[in-house]
Amino acid sequence: MSSRLRKRLEADGFAVTAEIGPPRGADLAAVRNKAEILRGWVDAVNITDNQGAHVRLSSWAGSLAAMDVGVEPVMQLTCRDRNRIALQSELLSASAMGIPNVLFMTGDHPKLGDHAEAKPVFDLDSIQLTWAARTMRDERKLMSGREVDPAPDWFIGAVENPFAPPAGFRAQRLAKKVAAGAEFVQTQFVFDVPAFARWMDQVIDLGLTERCHVIAGVGPIRSLRALDHMSNNVPGLHIPDDVSRRLRGVPADRVADEGMRLAAEIVQLVREIPGVSGVHVMAFGYERGIPEILERAGVGARGDVAPAADRAAGEGAAAGEGAGEGGHAD
Amino acid sequence: MTTMSRTSPPASARATKESAPTDASHGRREQGRRRRGQSLEQRRAPHPHQPKLAARSMYRIQRLMRPNPLYRGFAAWLESTRLPRRLFTAAEERVKNELFGCAMCGQCALPVTGYACPMSCPKQMRNGPCGGVGADGSCEVYPDRRCVWLEAYTRAEHEGRTDDFNRLLRPIDQRAWGQSSWINYWQGRDEGLWTGPDEQRPDLHPEGQARS
Repeated sequence: MSSRLRKRLEADGFAVTAEIGPPRGADLAAVRNKAEILRGWVDAVNITDNQGAHVRLSSWAGSLAAMDVGVEPVMQLTCRDRNRIALQSELLSASAMGIPNVLFMTGDHPKLGDHAEAKPVFDLDSIQLTWAARTMRDERKLMSGREVDPAPDWFIGAVENPFAPPAGFRAQRLAKKVAAGAEFVQTQFVFDVPAFARWMDQVIDLGLTERCHVIAGVGPIRSLRALDHMSNNVPGLHIPDDVSRRLRGVPADRVADEGMRLAAEIVQLVREIPGVSGVHVMAFGYERGIPEILERAGVGARGDVAPAADRAAGEGAAAGEGAGEGGHAD
Repeated sequence: MTTMSRTSPPASARATKESAPTDASHGRREQGRRRRGQSLEQRRAPHPHQPKLAARSMYRIQRLMRPNPLYRGFAAWLESTRLPRRLFTAAEERVKNELFGCAMCGQCALPVTGYACPMSCPKQMRNGPCGGVGADGSCEVYPDRRCVWLEAYTRAEHEGRTDDFNRLLRPIDQRAWGQSSWINYWQGRDEGLWTGPDEQRPDLHPEGQARS
């Protein structure tokens, strides 16, 4: 199978991804409905893996449901709940079922979820899992060294938080993920655009945009309650004062609209930052609003991959350097 | 990718659970914990640990610890014994637990982590901090503690050793828990634990990585 997301990024198009959290229940209809809303607007949609350490329907099942309705999935996989045997097995299965993209993270600690008493596994960390996956795909070997036949085939993603301390290490940490085999990265929510631009400068200086596509995380804050929650309860998320002043400065019935407008503005701003290859829109529980954000930002519905290359031709020379992308397979 | 909804059981309920295991082995465990300092706690539920000795001193001590034929022979001898090996391992645990919150993973990463122990990270991350470090440097899991990787980075930065943070640390061997990492180190078993500082797509399976 081939990844449409990979094609878009390698054609130097501006990629759009979004995020769907599977339901807490034995029914895939919710995933299908959300995916249908996003069809035509995104290149791929992330399916989360028991996000926030809360039990949900699994990310592979959610991924298959998205594929059912013609939306390409990015299957998220965390190190929290599975040892290396289970992780590699999931990865082989994902490829065998035709899931074209995978994305690795260490995962939230169980203590923060709805089963705080669970055993945290963390047999590997996200970088080691990325490394193992790339080895399975390119060297046809399991972590044990045993051969994999046929080799799996997915596009390999990672995440990074440009805003969490230590600030001096965050671009370097992405460099480690790229050295381990990550081919695209989605970032934490960008609300502090200047801080994000500074991180991007470091990413470009390290030469990472030549080997890895950077997709900026964005999303709407639609209520003051959400603002408070995101400011206080979501670790590693930085909401600058001017953003909260702006949302608090409008009448209560206008906060949602202002949040949508702000999200669209951030999409436009990050799109102008050299090296940025796309946006990843996270709007938990409000997936139906994602097309509106994209439309307001002038990103528009997804065409075929080829024409998008013209549209985004001036998109930033740094990302363009990746043109010889066959080099991914080194 | 990040946590938006974090409805957890009340903090008080969780705190009680953590501090008071209720199963039958409670008494035995309590005893064990007293005898072995923080170590058992660390092994059961790692907490970020602030090292008690300056990184500079540790880098100096490290120079004296480098493998040589004498140490190698000593380590091989220790390993062939029962009581001396146990005493040596217990002494190592005592010292490293006190200084670094060591939980005896048996494959020590301290020389490339600014001498702050990554196994005291609640997620036992070997390759740097997670994305959940608070703006104030707090651990996402235990907000009253400072992220051990932030501590590690600060210490390494102070000693001009941030290049170490470009190395990829290979997955650990879970069978080595409880072993003496000094015995393993002196016998050359640690050579594959991490890569060089700037290797692109290094081999996940290095030569000599095998442990028995």
